[in-house]
Amino acid sequence: MRLLVTGISSNLGRLVARLALAAHHDVIGVDRRPWPDAPREIEMHAVDLTKRATEDVFRTRHPDAVVHLATVTHASRDADDRYRINLGGTRTVFDLAERHGVKSVVFVGRHTFYGAAADAPLYHTEMDAPLAVATFPELADLVAADLFAAAALWRMPHVCTIVLRICYTIGPSKKGTLASFLERRRVPMVLGFDPLFQVMHEGDAAQAILTASQSAVDEGLKGVFNVAGPQPLPLSEVVRLSGRSALHLPEPMFPWAFGRFGLPKLAAQSLEHIKHPVVVDDAAFRRATGFSHTWDEAETLSSFRYA
Amino acid sequence: MSLFIDDDVRARVARLELPWSAGGYDKYGTSRAHLELFFSLVAPLYRSYFRVEATGVQHIPARGRAMIVGNHSGGYAIDGLLTVASCFFELEPPRLAQGMAEKFLAAMPVSSTLSARLGHLTGLPEHAERLLNDDRLLMVFPEGARGTAKLYKERWSLVRFGSGFIRLALSTNTPIVPMAFVGGGDVLPTVTNLYKLGRLIGVPYIPVSAYGLPLPLPRPCAVHYGAPMTFKGTGHEDDETIEKMVAEVRDRVAALLDDGRRRHEQRVRPLSFLGGGR
Repeated sequence: MRLLVTGISSNLGRLVARLALAAHHDVIGVDRRPWPDAPREIEMHAVDLTKRATEDVFRTRHPDAVVHLATVTHASRDADDRYRINLGGTRTVFDLAERHGVKSVVFVGRHTFYGAAADAPLYHTEMDAPLAVATFPELADLVAADLFAAAALWRMPHVCTIVLRICYTIGPSKKGTLASFLERRRVPMVLGFDPLFQVMHEGDAAQAILTASQSAVDEGLKGVFNVAGPQPLPLSEVVRLSGRSALHLPEPMFPWAFGRFGLPKLAAQSLEHIKHPVVVDDAAFRRATGFSHTWDEAETLSSFRYA
Repeated sequence: MSLFIDDDVRARVARLELPWSAGGYDKYGTSRAHLELFFSLVAPLYRSYFRVEATGVQHIPARGRAMIVGNHSGGYAIDGLLTVASCFFELEPPRLAQGMAEKFLAAMPVSSTLSARLGHLTGLPEHAERLLNDDRLLMVFPEGARGTAKLYKERWSLVRFGSGFIRLALSTNTPIVPMAFVGGGDVLPTVTNLYKLGRLIGVPYIPVSAYGLPLPLPRPCAVHYGAPMTFKGTGHEDDETIEKMVAEVRDRVAALLDDGRRRHEQRVRPLSFLGGGR
């Protein structure tokens, strides 16, 4: 198939592109950011997703499938930019896909969509509401993009839309939300709390995305799916297996300690995510696609630790 | 920590038929190491301090889904703790009874982690259904927090049962093992509950014992299990049908409690400083 990957220069984008090439697909990449050592077989387009030039790529290259990875997290941009990229970009991708006869679009979202709260179910199914809007308002643009993509299931019935809500990914690239949290030697934990964390090797995540895209094109698969790897483990174990040490701080100290004493700088609302678990039930995705992860939790975190 | 681990407990934990990861966790965050430490600490309480008598344990299925449904007895979760211990120490192979923890526990430091590591998830219908569909042994107290708030003089009574457990048993095709816990009222003879002070610190209430401190007395307890009850249905039956089933279970628990009371009164003398309080 001819696969167009938005946000191809991101870590996951590169991994998906390389896997797609290895599976003998034609790969087209769209990203404002460069990918200097991109394989020659990949056709790169350095364009802004929300600009006219993106439509030219769709119009002239006729992709069969799109993997939409061009979203950003709260930490990297200001609010206007986040809404423009996450919501505006997602809208553009779906509009162009429908207009230019793309068979499938895979929107790659995050499991933090469900939010973390003391009274939330431990395992979220795809039916659960996006609690993150209340518990972590900075994620609202990503939640909105996720819901907008899911609405394409009925707005654009000719496009096989798949929304993936992927758990934390980590691996040798040392990139991503969890990798940033575990970047330094000391990792802050809220005293008395040790929530379950779901981690997945970035290679497995890329394989899951490609599998979803392939299933959409070949079998017409559509829907919203949670994606995870091995079974969850406590945050303290994530810290230990990453070769870091946990620093247990009383909750009231956190707003003051973030960004000091070698601790990562986090948004105040992200505290809920290190107090309470966000764990997803991925059974539907595994059933629908036959996907299975390759790396277990220890191998996944070792690949990050020793990279 | 390994100094505190009882060899017998370690062997019993190894015989728990739970799917552990290589790191010793199940998919709900239950920890093998935490269970070893917990049951090692509970063993002397179960055997010597509370001298728990367990009858009818053969009614608990050796494996597969089941729901233990019983009364609350005692100002806080001593009944749950000793019921879990009875399933662990009396059954062959041992089973882990998993309770539904009060929601406030998940919001508080330490208790949120401890309850999760010991297999007790927050009391949500989704959790109960998931555990049963995984063929776990669920422990339910349909009286809820109203039940633990019973005073010493009310210790032989049952308050209203909620109906959610019956709908859950029907929808998951789960047998109910009725259970009566006896002696919790003697262990912590509550004379009043401080509701306002409790709300201030985030708990439903604080029990005040006859001697002022919320410490349990070394009094004998018992847990009596009855024959499993099976109900047929979908879980979507009308309220009247469900209430009849609830009443049936409640009656069985009440009967077990009455029998347990007779045995208990032969075994234990009432607390003299409360005038017997029968």
